[in-house]
Amino acid sequence: MIKINNLSVTYQSLEDCYAALDNINLELEAGETCAIIGPSGCGKSTLLKVLAGIITNFDGTVEINDQPIRPSKQRIGFIPQNYGLLPWKNVDENIRLGAKIKGLSSASGTEDIALLLEELGLKGLERRYPGELSGGQQQRVALARAFLLKPDLLLMDEPFSALDAMTREEIQDVFLAVWREHAVSTILVTHHVEEAVYLGRKIVILSVSPGTVSTIIDNPLFGVEDVRNHEDFFQLCRQLRKKIKEDWSK
Amino acid sequence: MNEKSTGLGYIYGIFIVLAFWQVASALVNLPIIPSPGVVLENLISVFVPKIAIHGLYSLGRIVAGVFLAVLIGIPLGLCMGYFARWDRALSPVVYLTYPIPKIALLPVIMLLFGLGEMAKVLMIFLIIVFQVIVAVRDGVKSIPKETYYPLYSLGAGVADIFREILIPASLPKFLTSLRVAMATAISVLFFTETFGTQYGMGYFIMDAWMRVNYLEMYSGIVVLSIIGLILFSTIDYIEKKTCYW
Repeated sequence: MIKINNLSVTYQSLEDCYAALDNINLELEAGETCAIIGPSGCGKSTLLKVLAGIITNFDGTVEINDQPIRPSKQRIGFIPQNYGLLPWKNVDENIRLGAKIKGLSSASGTEDIALLLEELGLKGLERRYPGELSGGQQQRVALARAFLLKPDLLLMDEPFSALDAMTREEIQDVFLAVWREHAVSTILVTHHVEEAVYLGRKIVILSVSPGTVSTIIDNPLFGVEDVRNHEDFFQLCRQLRKKIKEDWSK
Repeated sequence: MNEKSTGLGYIYGIFIVLAFWQVASALVNLPIIPSPGVVLENLISVFVPKIAIHGLYSLGRIVAGVFLAVLIGIPLGLCMGYFARWDRALSPVVYLTYPIPKIALLPVIMLLFGLGEMAKVLMIFLIIVFQVIVAVRDGVKSIPKETYYPLYSLGAGVADIFREILIPASLPKFLTSLRVAMATAISVLFFTETFGTQYGMGYFIMDAWMRVNYLEMYSGIVVLSIIGLILFSTIDYIEKKTCYW
């Protein structure tokens, strides 16, 4: 379970300081997904960095399973916008990197890796380097690395935004399928309304700077079979868009 | 480039140099520029009995100097690139000392460390180490921040960051800096070897010149250039093996 209480982050620049996030409150059950939508500069990425333990200078409390965030103690998977693969490591080494840093023996994960490679359609690419992969394939490698670790929390920063529309839908499906198998608590940041509705059990709308939570929606359509072709799906997306427009123009 | 075409490239380069040399010697037609054929003949006959030992000495000094420069330059460059405080403290020192022509320090180093091996190795070290420090530091600084995030969120320690990111990321820049510094290092080595030693290519070439033995002098120059070729192609080889990505 993820609990965020009164989280505020201020950035200190040379002349003044400004608030990136102001008084964020959010709760996420274990094994849930949560999509955060917000305009550019609303502090979405800042929120993810706090949860990833990269930003440690904040007010309020952030807890994973009733423990304050400690990357060395918990298992946090973070997939940045550019997928965060190391170009000098091949697919296999990149996938094992998380486990290696966590000090897990390399033998124990071999079966899991084979399974993940299968699920993510990466079989046969183990010896390739990220530079030799397409964007979609790199994204799959990043997912494999994150899921191999069986993280307490998975964070994704605009994970599918650099992909073309067809690849994006395909990988969203792959993500959901793998996520169902592993039931990992996931928070993803996006600016695609459809993506939020498709992948978020909870949808959180952030408002413009300083970032505050303006709405939290329990998404009734999450996990519904073939939901992208349902009338309800379009309806909800339209409603959300309207809501967001009102919100951001304030 | 694959292995075969690299080899062909070297042969092509050697051919061009020899052709120019042949033309120059035919035009000048004086003993000061003997034809390459005569020099190569001389080289084959004197290489093992006379030149090889000098070549080994020079090669050994370069390798020792490079080794020292790597030993000190890489860790220093990595730390300066990664820790802002190291950079702030050390960059001014580097910038002040880097532009000093190291050859100007030769008398000082010879007084302090004597005329022996130490002074010569130190000169090479001084020439290469600055290039290595600055290149490795800038290599680390040019790593995008996002590269670190997944490792930070995994709770990676400083040792993990160095091993998984900093060292591999800065390796290509390091090898380039070594390549740039190598040519200068060889020229300065030549100069230092004209003092206080009876071994080294510098000594051999100057000695042949004093004895007005132009054939041996040119043989020495050819060996020096082959040493350079070996060093450069070794760096190329290391780059191909370690920076395949």
